[in-house]
Amino acid sequence: MAAPLPPPLPRPYQDTAAYWQAAREHRFIVQKCADCAEFQFYPRGVCSHCLSSALEWEEASGRGEVYSFSINYRAPHPGFADKTPFVLALVTLAEGPRMMTNIVDCDPDTVRIGMVVTVTFDDVTEDVTLPKFRPL
Amino acid sequence: MANALRDVAIVGVAESDIGRVPDKSKFRLSAEASRMALEDAGLSVGDVDGLFTTIITEGGQFSSMLMAEYMGITPRYTDSTSIGGSSFVVYVEHAAMAIAAGLCDVALICHGSTNISDRGGRGGPVSQSTEVFGPTQFEEPYGVSTVGAYALAAQRHMHEYGTTLEQLAEIAVATRKWASLNPKARMRDPITIDDVMNSRVIASPLHLLDCCLVTDAGGAVVLTSLERARDLKKAPVRVLGAGEAHSHRMISQMPDLTQTTAAISGKLAFERAGLTHSDIDVAEIYDSFTITVLLSLESLGFCAKGEGGAFVSNQRTAPGGEFPMNTQGGALSYTHPGMFGIFTIIEAVRQVRGECGPRQVPGAEVALCNGTGGTLSSTGTIILGRD
Repeated sequence: MAAPLPPPLPRPYQDTAAYWQAAREHRFIVQKCADCAEFQFYPRGVCSHCLSSALEWEEASGRGEVYSFSINYRAPHPGFADKTPFVLALVTLAEGPRMMTNIVDCDPDTVRIGMVVTVTFDDVTEDVTLPKFRPL
Repeated sequence: MANALRDVAIVGVAESDIGRVPDKSKFRLSAEASRMALEDAGLSVGDVDGLFTTIITEGGQFSSMLMAEYMGITPRYTDSTSIGGSSFVVYVEHAAMAIAAGLCDVALICHGSTNISDRGGRGGPVSQSTEVFGPTQFEEPYGVSTVGAYALAAQRHMHEYGTTLEQLAEIAVATRKWASLNPKARMRDPITIDDVMNSRVIASPLHLLDCCLVTDAGGAVVLTSLERARDLKKAPVRVLGAGEAHSHRMISQMPDLTQTTAAISGKLAFERAGLTHSDIDVAEIYDSFTITVLLSLESLGFCAKGEGGAFVSNQRTAPGGEFPMNTQGGALSYTHPGMFGIFTIIEAVRQVRGECGPRQVPGAEVALCNGTGGTLSSTGTIILGRD
């Protein structure tokens, strides 16, 4: 058997470089539209509410609520083979948008919809940090 | 629009070898299904002037050019709309419009996939990429999978409406009963609600038997004008109504995890057909997972939002039940090569023609197909009926 593959990691691009750079610095930022004042996630080159390019980065509270979750027992990719079971989740941020993440630092069986969570940073490699969430 | 669609008919359907077919490429499965569907119609490949297909796996880029070249077709109308498993249902609407507008005369919709052979087994890895470019970099690094995404929807539906695992299992059990009547179905042994609930958890709350199969398979559908169809081999099956919509690409962007765009595509299909729910004799609902069926039935309006669990209870969708559904055994028990949409059409046509033998729904004249693609992202709904 070849050495196990690492999990897939993001390759930053024009729309997302600032987000991933902030994550490396353990800062959690989200985009807000200067024209219509709506927040959005994930980062884009335009506002998904009004198509404006006038987007600004805001320091987010890092607070959110579990909208849904699933305890995953099968690795979707060889890089997750030693990480099961893990909690795949959708978290609604205090600022409004929803994002995919993992709920960590707790027993998976204790995760509930509506649970209040806060951001935590997983330094996966020297270059990549993934924002994840833990119970508050 | 509604009248134009009604002047078009499905005249040929076929599936290729299905199951585990390691010695045939996905291109060949698609082409062989096409040959058999044309034979079913009494047409030849030289008659085809409209092609509709998409391949989303390795080697499938520029799908309609690739498959036209492979089969020796020079289409004057071509469509590779790629919105997942619903694509093939949506192609019926596109083909009907193209034929009604005179842009082509004979439309071929085809699909082939070697999903199980490519993966080396059902549990094989779905992805082996190490770097993610584009918006999916906000999902894949967290371990998203198709089953994981659908599990999020199931969990939310259970939370909002009190839907139970037993209710989801009712769908798998009823679908297996239909499969037991279909010699082509891969899984034909009866199962119980306990079997489903005791099968291992893949992604909570979904168990193994809540999930579709992974197989190799090809399928094809041929359409032409109703006028020409009436001179062909078999009785035409008319396209009475159709609708399509999509709301997102990634599950994290789905506006409401408990409702699909079948609420849009289904409403359009019923309006264009001038029919109501009680007119549907048989329903073919893409069952990638048990939860997909529940959300689709609610979104299509067969029951109110949140009442899908009660709707499918007491084996209502099983043979002999009030609501015959997924009569070939569905993606859960018949076949599922990664995109199932075309197989809902093939079965609906056979039911309306009365060709289904022991699984025939008596007197089936009007059938509804609903395809779902992506991660509950897209839907295509069509209503078919006897001429």
